[in-house]
Amino acid sequence: MGIIEARDVVYEYVRRDEEGNVEGVTKAVNDVSLDIKQGDFIAILGHNGSGKSTLAKHMNAILNPTEGTIWVDGMDTNEEENVWNIRQTAGMVFQNPDNQIIGQVVEEDVGFGPENMGVPTKEIWERVEESLKAVGMYQFRKHSPNKLSGGQKQRVSIAGVLAMHPKCIVLDEPTAMLDPSGRKEVIRAVRGLNQVEGVTVVLITHYMEEIIHADRVFVMDQGKIAMEGTPREIFSQVEKLKSLRLDVPQVTLLAYELKKQGIPLPDGILTTDELIRALGLE
Amino acid sequence: MLRDITLGQYYQTDSILHKMDPRVKLGGTLLYIISLFFFQNFLGYAVAALFLAVVIRLSRVPFRFMVKGMKAIVFLLLITVVFNLFLTPGTPLITFWRLTITEEGLRLAVSMAIRLTLLIIGSSVMTLTTTPNNLTDGLEKMMRPLRVFKVPVHEVAMMMSIALRFIPILLEETDKIMKAQIARGADFESGNLIRRAKAMVPLLVPLFISAFRRANDLAMAMEARCYRGGEGRTKMKPLIYQRRDFIAYGCIAVYLAVSIVLGRLPL
Repeated sequence: MGIIEARDVVYEYVRRDEEGNVEGVTKAVNDVSLDIKQGDFIAILGHNGSGKSTLAKHMNAILNPTEGTIWVDGMDTNEEENVWNIRQTAGMVFQNPDNQIIGQVVEEDVGFGPENMGVPTKEIWERVEESLKAVGMYQFRKHSPNKLSGGQKQRVSIAGVLAMHPKCIVLDEPTAMLDPSGRKEVIRAVRGLNQVEGVTVVLITHYMEEIIHADRVFVMDQGKIAMEGTPREIFSQVEKLKSLRLDVPQVTLLAYELKKQGIPLPDGILTTDELIRALGLE
Repeated sequence: MLRDITLGQYYQTDSILHKMDPRVKLGGTLLYIISLFFFQNFLGYAVAALFLAVVIRLSRVPFRFMVKGMKAIVFLLLITVVFNLFLTPGTPLITFWRLTITEEGLRLAVSMAIRLTLLIIGSSVMTLTTTPNNLTDGLEKMMRPLRVFKVPVHEVAMMMSIALRFIPILLEETDKIMKAQIARGADFESGNLIRRAKAMVPLLVPLFISAFRRANDLAMAMEARCYRGGEGRTKMKPLIYQRRDFIAYGCIAVYLAVSIVLGRLPL
């Protein structure tokens, strides 16, 4: 069994009218099964309302499935006594950096998780130091979070989760509110954690460029998993991605269009360098 | 910029007073204020003023910052002095028109003015040398015995520090909403007070909605990081009394004894 395993997970939102009568039921997550291996970099992709954020909140026991089961490191999220262990195992980073930073000083915020877990004071300081170094924010440890840029704030949030020593980090659209340079900063930090520290990463996003380095990609649509595979396998299906209202990276799209015009190119080109090489223009 | 506002009036330098445990400063300030109400002669005030002067010197905060706090209460001070001066019955000293200044009135007015001045400067020394965060921490630890009476001490302290953290964010948001509304023709600047207050209503509604949304997000983020109240929680920066804190308590005790004994001598 992997670090996160979901079996036939269904999550229903019940819509009610003004008198509180049930108006209808929306299945935000509809019969999803997936298995995530320890140490993988997983991307979950989907446009707005595809259920990807709802699914992410299940991995941290913030939401519990209406039907089906999720195991995090072998622990069933439906069982009340597992909740705190699960939250320690699978840390979560949210979209808005301002709404998840609690401390008034960067280092205090990073220490918040370990404090809650009852880690001894001396070890908290060690964890804070190593986490801030891992995301490259150590020199800002005495700053107020209000004076940092969006990308820096989000890296502080990641450090805050990292200080809890999770086996897995779930990032729920961490770059949605950032500018392009902030986005790159955060993705670089996340990749570093995965490669250097060996933390399992589940990245939820709707930016295609961010999934290029993932080991496996799940594409969600209307609460179901519509596609699954390596980034190359996903990007080779340009028409299907378009039908799911997702944008393909420009290079991939260009290669696809060139191929359609009869130029011999392999499927699913992901980077500019790759395209240049494939065209023999080096 | 709105975001540069610092709350309270913390003055950043490195002094023994800045390093001191906030509990000492809170307790000391409280005792100092109480002591001011025990004096019956001016010798007591002299001792109190001397003590304060030494503390200010130790704090390394420029004196003009202390005086800044005084500006707000000059008016209050004037009213107190005038009322005490003219309305205290006793031996008349000077009489002109229908106003009489009595000897007792003069004494009372002067001692009142000194008392208020010392009180304000004394408590501003505390806020100038302690960060709001430190202050909440100190309060939390001092109020801990109240938990016996089911007072949620930790939770209140946590709320205070979160409120402090969100003040600059909400100020920035207010600024943003205001600009968005000005761009669509809202007028916040002209008209009388009532009109301007009314113009604030459309500002408050979106501000409250966004504050609630933020609160919701923050609660989720806190739970995701295993927050479950004060039980079983450790501290990254625990408050532990150092030698200097005990010395400070000693100094405060000596001050109290000396000033009250001298302040109550019948002169």
